[in-house]
Amino acid sequence: MADMMQFDLVSPERKLASVQARAVQIPAASGDLTAMPDHAPLITTLRPGVLVVDGADGETRFAVTGGFAEITPGATSVLAERAYPMGPEGRDALQALLDETRAKAASAQGNDRDALNKTADDLAQTISTMA
Amino acid sequence: MANLKDLKNRISSVKSTRKITKAMQMVAAAKLRRAQDAAEAARPYADRMADVVNGLAASVAGSETAPKLLAGSGSDQTHLLVVMTAERGLCGGFNSSIVKAARVRAAKLLDEGKTVKILTVGKKGREQLRRDLSAHLVGHVDLSEIKRVGYENAADISKQVFGMFDAGEFDVATIFYNRFESVISQIPTPQQIIPAEVPEAETPKSETLYEYEPSEEAILEDLLPRSVTTQIFTALLENAASEQGARMSAMDNATRNAGDMIDRLTIQYNRSRQAAITKELIEIISGAEAL
Repeated sequence: MADMMQFDLVSPERKLASVQARAVQIPAASGDLTAMPDHAPLITTLRPGVLVVDGADGETRFAVTGGFAEITPGATSVLAERAYPMGPEGRDALQALLDETRAKAASAQGNDRDALNKTADDLAQTISTMA
Repeated sequence: MANLKDLKNRISSVKSTRKITKAMQMVAAAKLRRAQDAAEAARPYADRMADVVNGLAASVAGSETAPKLLAGSGSDQTHLLVVMTAERGLCGGFNSSIVKAARVRAAKLLDEGKTVKILTVGKKGREQLRRDLSAHLVGHVDLSEIKRVGYENAADISKQVFGMFDAGEFDVATIFYNRFESVISQIPTPQQIIPAEVPEAETPKSETLYEYEPSEEAILEDLLPRSVTTQIFTALLENAASEQGARMSAMDNATRNAGDMIDRLTIQYNRSRQAAITKELIEIISGAEAL
């Protein structure tokens, strides 16, 4: 099927998804991007955000933080440091991470501080969509 | 000859030992399955990560802008050995084999006039290394409260390692762990994690030319720490599986030995009893004849 591609989402501890997908929306470091079959090969880092998989049996959403995505014409794999299906469990975990990031940002300086604040904002936004 | 009462006590004590070792073996078998599943589940991530990082590293290696984690600090004077062992004993040669590998490496480095620092993960390794290398121990990570190692545990260890690296406390870091080969064979493995080892420039496996966003260096900068953490995580999982495997075979041996011992003691017990009976009979008969 030319209009489908293999999609894998793995975290260090387990494989969260391995399905056929029509399109995958990825929260890349420099902005959201949508990968579809026959996309040019691309490797990009991720920012905290929501991954939207348009698969054979409807749309699935995951919250991811950190890691990278590898896109080839026939497949897309996302390697996320943390990945949660939508739901209260994932939201609590992210909330904890957000608090930690905020605390770190408060004691950091210069570029680190900006980067941490950005991560915290991204996290906060992700959490709000999970409500 | 030991009297009958003593032998009987001995037999019952060995029997209860056998019950314990048998139970430990079964617990280890169950835990081993879980540990193996965890190691299996972590493999896709680790493999992918290694592929991408190697690909990137090969193209960036040698350039001036290569991150420090890849290029190293320009010297190899101070070595950090991260020795990963178990929190518990009774698992055959599991802990000793790792410690031995680390000790050999430490001796070699010291002979070459290098400075050696040791970070221990797991209580058993610390206990053994404290005897002769206590001057080199710089830290310890305690995992005794942790039932199942998670990525967070690996992240904690790597955070500590990066902290030391950034402070210039060492130049080269190597982790020591047991690679799980099978239930009866675990291989002590040293693995250099900092600077990252780049496989010799080989022709890329795939002809795909990736576009990188942001730049290759920026991605590498972001991925290298994750890759190190992933390697530590993999090592922790392999170690956990190896530990249970080693314990299982050690306890299997112990159970079998206890069984052999019980058989031997039972024979001895029966013989002594028979001897006692025979002796009594002789006494009675000779008593009767004397009349």
